[in-house]
Amino acid sequence: MDLTLKVWRQDGPGKPGEFKEYEAKGISSEASFLEMLDTVNERLVEAGDVPIEFDHDCREGICGMCGVMINGHPHGDQKGTATCQLHMRKFNDGDRIVIEPWRATGLPVVRDLIVDRSPLDRIIEAGGYISVNTGGAPDANLIPIPKPAAEASMDAAACIGCAACIAACPNSAGQLFTSAKLAHLNLLPQGQPERYKRTAAMVEKMEEFFGSCTNHGECEEACPKSISIDNIALMNRDYMMAKLKDRRKFGQR
Amino acid sequence: MTTIGRRNDTKPARKLPWIVEFYRSDVAKKWTMAVSGIILLGYIAAHMVGNLKVYLGPESINEYGHALRDLGGHLVPEEHLLWIMRIGLAFAFAIHVHAAYALTRRNLAARGKVRYDAPREYLVANYASRTMRYSGIIVLLFIVFHVSDLTIGTANPEHVSGDIYSNMVASFERVPVAVAYIVANIALGFHIFHGVWSLFQSIGANNETYNKWRRYLAWGFTAVIIGGNLSFPIAVQLGVIS
Repeated sequence: MDLTLKVWRQDGPGKPGEFKEYEAKGISSEASFLEMLDTVNERLVEAGDVPIEFDHDCREGICGMCGVMINGHPHGDQKGTATCQLHMRKFNDGDRIVIEPWRATGLPVVRDLIVDRSPLDRIIEAGGYISVNTGGAPDANLIPIPKPAAEASMDAAACIGCAACIAACPNSAGQLFTSAKLAHLNLLPQGQPERYKRTAAMVEKMEEFFGSCTNHGECEEACPKSISIDNIALMNRDYMMAKLKDRRKFGQR
Repeated sequence: MTTIGRRNDTKPARKLPWIVEFYRSDVAKKWTMAVSGIILLGYIAAHMVGNLKVYLGPESINEYGHALRDLGGHLVPEEHLLWIMRIGLAFAFAIHVHAAYALTRRNLAARGKVRYDAPREYLVANYASRTMRYSGIIVLLFIVFHVSDLTIGTANPEHVSGDIYSNMVASFERVPVAVAYIVANIALGFHIFHGVWSLFQSIGANNETYNKWRRYLAWGFTAVIIGGNLSFPIAVQLGVIS
């Protein structure tokens, strides 16, 4: 299939960028979106041009490295998949595809389609962990966890940190990412001791970089892991508790 | 990393009262918007139901107006409770507007100047959710006129304090006023349709058992309130009330 690509090119952080058009002829409909970009890049290199830079790693939808805006849809117009899981058979011969990096003040472009996602690491560093003392590995199932709670925690833990939620949000809010990272710990017994400290720290770190939630729900639709905005409600609730609860009386219901 | 400024560089040296410290957060501002929103929703519901008395005739609604001024009966001096309610309402309104303003500014800063080139096809964000700030501004401007028209009376030359029935008729007989009222109420309808649903998320009221009812409630509440409100200018224009 023959395609026309309109791709954002930018030499470096803070440099002016522009859209450039590329002809992508003879692309296999079996190719993934990233393989299509590889093919285009090989031809660019052969022609002595600079290839289009884009992030990628596992190419099976679990690492969260890839992610571009495809025709105004984060990860393309296919629900619940990352860019690497999108295949060219979803496009038609002769299509014109606009490929852009994520756009948000907190996610500045590094080069071409690559953005700096380190603010997400800063949010995790603020509290997205469980402090454990060293020692022998505890027995499995030592702490009983209700099945639905374990499921809900796992659903939140599916977040791969690709930042599509922030890219999709009209406010560039980091709520879905942060709430998923909070929920997968806050819903489990092991996450309780640091629950409110974690919530306050991560929310406040998030607000240094990203906007606020106006409950559009676009993030949930864009998420390659279909993380639910129910997690955002949980985060809002826990944030209030973090500010109100007397932590000395943690066990008080 | 590009920050949009908050906390780190602006942390005050002195510890602020917790409510002030709390309000600095965006999540807390959304809480504030939700709670003040509940107060305002309660008010518009009571306002609409009270005004329905216009259909029972002049005596009924004028008596209702008098009863509002005389809230508390012989226990408190006349109008005192009404003024406490008015001040509370004005405070809820002011904080709702301030939080909206502050959040909008932060959201625009977070979004940045470079927008997507491809047109965004929103999948679930609806017209109501994307126009909250505009419908809010329309309602805000309308309320300024509405209060000066029907409460204070400066925008209505035929205003007689206490005679609610004839003030309402005199006001809505003017076609531009009736049209402005209808437009503002439709804007209010979009605003509360998103607001009623959204406030549950903001305060973390999320439960699989009743989640779908949050949408139904938004539809129902909006339909009842806006239906009732729109009936007044239409009834006056059609001559049902005169």
